[in-house]
Amino acid sequence: MTALQATCLIAVAIIGTLVVFTRDPLRQAAVAGIFGLALSALFLSVQAPDVALSQITVGAIVVPVLVLLAMAKIREHDR
Amino acid sequence: MSRRVRCVLALVALGVLGATLVVAVGDLEPFGQYPGPYGDVLAKVVPGERHTGQLVAATVLDYRGFDTLGEELILFTAACGCVALLRLRRRERSDEPSAPERPAPSLASRALGGALVGPVLVLSAYIVIHGHLTPGGGFSGGVIGAGALLLAYAAGQRVRLRRVGSIAMLEASEAIGAGGFVALALGGLIAVGATLQNFLPLGTSGMLLSAGTLPVGNLAIGIEVAGAVALIVAEFLEQALLEEPSE
Repeated sequence: MTALQATCLIAVAIIGTLVVFTRDPLRQAAVAGIFGLALSALFLSVQAPDVALSQITVGAIVVPVLVLLAMAKIREHDR
Repeated sequence: MSRRVRCVLALVALGVLGATLVVAVGDLEPFGQYPGPYGDVLAKVVPGERHTGQLVAATVLDYRGFDTLGEELILFTAACGCVALLRLRRRERSDEPSAPERPAPSLASRALGGALVGPVLVLSAYIVIHGHLTPGGGFSGGVIGAGALLLAYAAGQRVRLRRVGSIAMLEASEAIGAGGFVALALGGLIAVGATLQNFLPLGTSGMLLSAGTLPVGNLAIGIEVAGAVALIVAEFLEQALLEEPSE
């Protein structure tokens, strides 16, 4: 395992834990996006660029956006 | 179920899961050591059979193409389900909903979003078209293309997709892409006797027009995924931005 791979692995572990401990859903969506980015860096470091590309777009962009939009709808409903 | 019982149950389940995981991880090969034969077999046969060095694309679109076909149709169905659910609510409204007020986007998001829409679209097309040569392919390229829609939204472009008929275009691209990939699978079945087997000229390895059906499959998947993801995001956007009907 290279130093880069170890760094990425540790970053994924730390940020993944942060996602769990972020209790406010709004912040959690943002942190989950950063987690997606860290995960894609890990995939790139283990020479899986195809997976990394999909991970960036799905994990860091599409999923957080869908969560944010759903939350906007819920808030509006609560008002 | 009382809180106590639930806690005990969760602890037992977690304990079993944890122990199984530890055993399983202890049994793994050392980091980076892959013992299976498939990777090596593919590395040997793909350059000769498919005229490409992109083993991932060859695996996803040919040797394991049947799985991709299933995933393709799952995404198609998911997008259809999303649209059916979200649109039902929209039809309940009697009048055309007025565009809801939203705060004007900041200069930074307008400038960045506006500047990036074009390059992101080009990048998406590049990744789809070169899927059989470089990392990427239909799925990643398609999702990146759908991301351009979000950039346009971040830049403050009013998303009134329904009115300009873009939703119909997204629906059509989703359907055409999915249908195209099914046609490609059927083409292999009819022309050479196996689903998704190559039936086009293979060309010279490394050229844009090479690897037979791989670029065609990537194109079909790219169109489908871009349409499906953009459609889901667009439906979410509309649903989230519409006002609740007043009671």
